[in-house]
Amino acid sequence: MLDKTGIAKRIAKEVQDGYYVNLGIGIPTLVANYVRNDIEVEFQSENGVLGMGPFPFEGEEDADVINAGKQTITTLPGASFFDSAMSFSMIRGQHVDLTILGAMEVAENGDIANWKIPGKMVKGMGGAMDLVASAENIIVAMMHTNKRGESKLLKRCSLPLTGVGCVKKIVTNMAVLEVTENGFKLLERAPDVSVETIKEATEGNLIIEGEIPKMHI
Amino acid sequence: MINKKVNNISEALKGIKNNMTLMLGGFGFSGIPENAIAELVTLGVSGLTCISNNAGVDDFGLLLQQKQIKKMVSSYVGENDEFGRQMLSGELEVELIPQGTLAERCRAAQAGFPAVYTPAGYGTEVAQGKETREFNGKMYVLEHAFKADFSFVKAWKGDEAGNLIFKGTARNFNPNMCGAAKITVAEVEELVSLGTLDPNQIHIPGIFVQRIFQGDTYEKRIEQRTVRVKD
Repeated sequence: MLDKTGIAKRIAKEVQDGYYVNLGIGIPTLVANYVRNDIEVEFQSENGVLGMGPFPFEGEEDADVINAGKQTITTLPGASFFDSAMSFSMIRGQHVDLTILGAMEVAENGDIANWKIPGKMVKGMGGAMDLVASAENIIVAMMHTNKRGESKLLKRCSLPLTGVGCVKKIVTNMAVLEVTENGFKLLERAPDVSVETIKEATEGNLIIEGEIPKMHI
Repeated sequence: MINKKVNNISEALKGIKNNMTLMLGGFGFSGIPENAIAELVTLGVSGLTCISNNAGVDDFGLLLQQKQIKKMVSSYVGENDEFGRQMLSGELEVELIPQGTLAERCRAAQAGFPAVYTPAGYGTEVAQGKETREFNGKMYVLEHAFKADFSFVKAWKGDEAGNLIFKGTARNFNPNMCGAAKITVAEVEELVSLGTLDPNQIHIPGIFVQRIFQGDTYEKRIEQRTVRVKD
């Protein structure tokens, strides 16, 4: 089974030359570390920066240069700053090519829940609802099951939704899956995970066609 | 030149009353109108409705501590325990809305649009009770422009004409809130003399700003200090 780094490495393979990419907090943030260095990619952060670079060296932090996770960052040559309305114009207007974000639940119809658990302190959706409602290309990075071992790939989401019918692809610690009209189509499995194990860990309809290849990481 | 400069902070906040609706710029601690917030705390006005992306953290969101806020309209309030406590106990009304919707409802107010259609939140609880409509096969939610009494924004540099230039990601919601309320109060790190700012570089023209002043101090806190080590 993959760890978080493994998931990030597999998703990094989906990032193509010339892409503008928005990375969510958590596993998605790690993806930036594993993108091939022979391609040109720009990372957008919805608080208002395009062309995000790595964290600053100690002593060079600038309170006025942060990412959406409120972390201090740097910018790369060619970077730009802009206001929040313009930032979401990039997202809503589908100028950002790829959105990678985490989820608590994904349903076989592409619905996603990742912002609220009833009865628990609600932090808010931030930019997640704008991102999932707008992006043409959304990849969800998450564990296949929750801490209690229950499937996070469901027939229907049980938690309040972030967006409807929007997820296209999911990369978990067990598998790569595509959301199709008929449910989750299994594309690849983690090197040491059997199709049987993935079946047991998936509540939603799982489509298995032919031999399922192992992931290359 | 129409002079927007006010002499002090109390002049900048003149007319603030209980139960008003305020817009406050900033994302996390980046680009928040620190001096205006401090003065609101000093004035002790209460029953406020605050439109602001975040709600500060415990020891910084003083307006919350003093229970001056009746309602918050935000997209993310995660880092504030007092906020959570007041929200769960029902002392504080909270309207959580998508971040892009928040920005666009400000911009709509600034630009004279009564409402805008956005795909964000369609099919979720955010869209409950709101008009929806299909355009080109996709569903959208009608979101109304904000109506606010005061807008408090923070810029890097400004001049007496009210022209503003922002710095880095401290820009965020600040430009979108300029001119989106009846009165826009801009505080700047540096109020420069007229003619110093290059007109080509102005982010917000002074027409959107009614009052401008230079803030006394800026703490500029960092919420998540992340660094890398030199090889």
